[in-house]
Amino acid sequence: MTPDTTLDTVIDAVSAVFMVVGAAMSLGAAIGLLRFPDLMSRMHAATKPQVLGLFLLLAAVGLQLRTWWVWPVLLLAWIFQLLTVPVSAHMVGRAGYRTKHLHRELLSTDELEAVVQKAAAKDTAASDAEDDDDSA
Amino acid sequence: MMQLVLVITAATLSLAAAGAIVRIAVGPSLLDRVLAADVLLAILGAALCIDMAVNRHLNNLMLVVAVSVIGFIGSVTVARFVADRREQPSDS
Repeated sequence: MTPDTTLDTVIDAVSAVFMVVGAAMSLGAAIGLLRFPDLMSRMHAATKPQVLGLFLLLAAVGLQLRTWWVWPVLLLAWIFQLLTVPVSAHMVGRAGYRTKHLHRELLSTDELEAVVQKAAAKDTAASDAEDDDDSA
Repeated sequence: MMQLVLVITAATLSLAAAGAIVRIAVGPSLLDRVLAADVLLAILGAALCIDMAVNRHLNNLMLVVAVSVIGFIGSVTVARFVADRREQPSDS
């Protein structure tokens, strides 16, 4: 029985560490939400409990239950979260960029700005051409 | 040991939830509040996972998935709403 109990202790310790670190991810996200200056940097902090935190906690659940069949279910739950979180983050970031909820001086690069300027230039050129057609 | 872990994680998650609620209350813009509500939902999912792990059951697993669906639909919907409402005056 001794090897079993030591293995149990090791698994318990690993899952305890996973749980504490996973909860610390949530606390880190909350501290980031409170301390970061604008929406984009707050979004950076907010993804920690959603991906790594959920992974650690689901792994702790799988370790505590000590059965093999739960792992595919937990993996499914995590992959679902992994698929939906980037989409919602993209939508929030896009809305934040469009409504100017960002501090431009904090950005190191702004790759979207060139695209926006190009599209705006194309729009004005098209409307100018239309105006020429009207006058002619 | 599990009881100690439960106490530590309960305290951590309570502090985290308090921080997220403060950001929801203070948050200068609607998108900040949406993001903080998303984090609050993630904290709720973390609490459900810890309950499952400590008490060794799987009753909350569907609830965890449902919480992540609610977070996804909610933040996407509000982001669309914000984009549409703020775009209108600048276009016209």
